[in-house]
Amino acid sequence: MEQKTKINAEDGKQELVITREFDLPLELVFKAFVEPRIVEQWMGTKVLKLENKKHGSWQFETSDAQGNVVFRANGVIHELVPDQKITRTFEMEGTPFGVQLELLKFEQLTNDTSKLTMHVIYESVAQRDQVLQLPFAQGINMAHNRLQNIVSNLK
Amino acid sequence: MNLRRDVFQAIADPTRRAILLLVATQSMTAGAIASNFDTARPTVSKHLQILTECELLKQEQNGREIYYHLNPNKIKEIADFIEPFRRLWDDRFNSLETIMKQYKPKRTE
Repeated sequence: MEQKTKINAEDGKQELVITREFDLPLELVFKAFVEPRIVEQWMGTKVLKLENKKHGSWQFETSDAQGNVVFRANGVIHELVPDQKITRTFEMEGTPFGVQLELLKFEQLTNDTSKLTMHVIYESVAQRDQVLQLPFAQGINMAHNRLQNIVSNLK
Repeated sequence: MNLRRDVFQAIADPTRRAILLLVATQSMTAGAIASNFDTARPTVSKHLQILTECELLKQEQNGREIYYHLNPNKIKEIADFIEPFRRLWDDRFNSLETIMKQYKPKRTE
C-alpha cells in the first residue's frame, strides 16, 4: 500500500521534507492550517494565538487531563500567501531542540486533490535527528501519564 | 535479517523503550535504571541484556560499576528510524482530511 505521508530525511543533512497528497481541494487544506479551531482538532493542541500574516506570531499549548501543560510551542510567520505558501518558525518551549524553519508549499493537483510539501530546516544535523526520535519519546511520556492516571485512580 | 527483527522486538517493548530514553542523555548503572521502575530488578536486568545483545545499549566499565549508555549509531541503523515521526504526521494529516471532508458540505450549502 502506498503511504500517503512521505518523509525524505537524507543522512547527514539538517533538513527534511514531508510530503502529503490530500483528497481535498487546495482551499480546504490551506484553511486547515489557518483556522485556529480546525488546527486545534487535527494537531490535538490548543491554539492560543495564530496571526495569519507577515510578521504575525503563533502559540500552541497542550495540557493533560489534570490541566498540567505538557507541550508548548511558538513561532513567527515570516510569509503567508493564501492557498500557496506559509513560511514560519517553530520552537518547542523548554526543550533543547532549538528553532526550526518551516516552508510550507500548497499545490492544487486536481479540483479535488492537492499536495502539501513541508520543508523543515533545523539548526544542526544532530538536532534534526533528535527531533526525529521525539515521537518515540512523546509516546513514552504519554504512556507514563496514562499509567499515573490509572495508579492515582486506584488510590 | 534475524538480528534486525530482534532490534524491532527490542524497541517494541514499552519498558525497554523507557530504558533507552533514560540512558539517552546519561550513562547509568543497572541499579540506577532499575530504581526508575516498579518492575523486579531481575526483570530489568533481562531487558538490559536484550538491549545490549542487539547493541542498542553499550556497556562501559568504570571502576567496579558497569554503566549503560545508548548506542546512537545503532538506533540510526534501524531502517525505520523515522517511521514513528512519519506516522505522527500521517495521523495528523489523516485527521485533517477527515475533518475537512466533513467541512465541505457546510461550505457549499
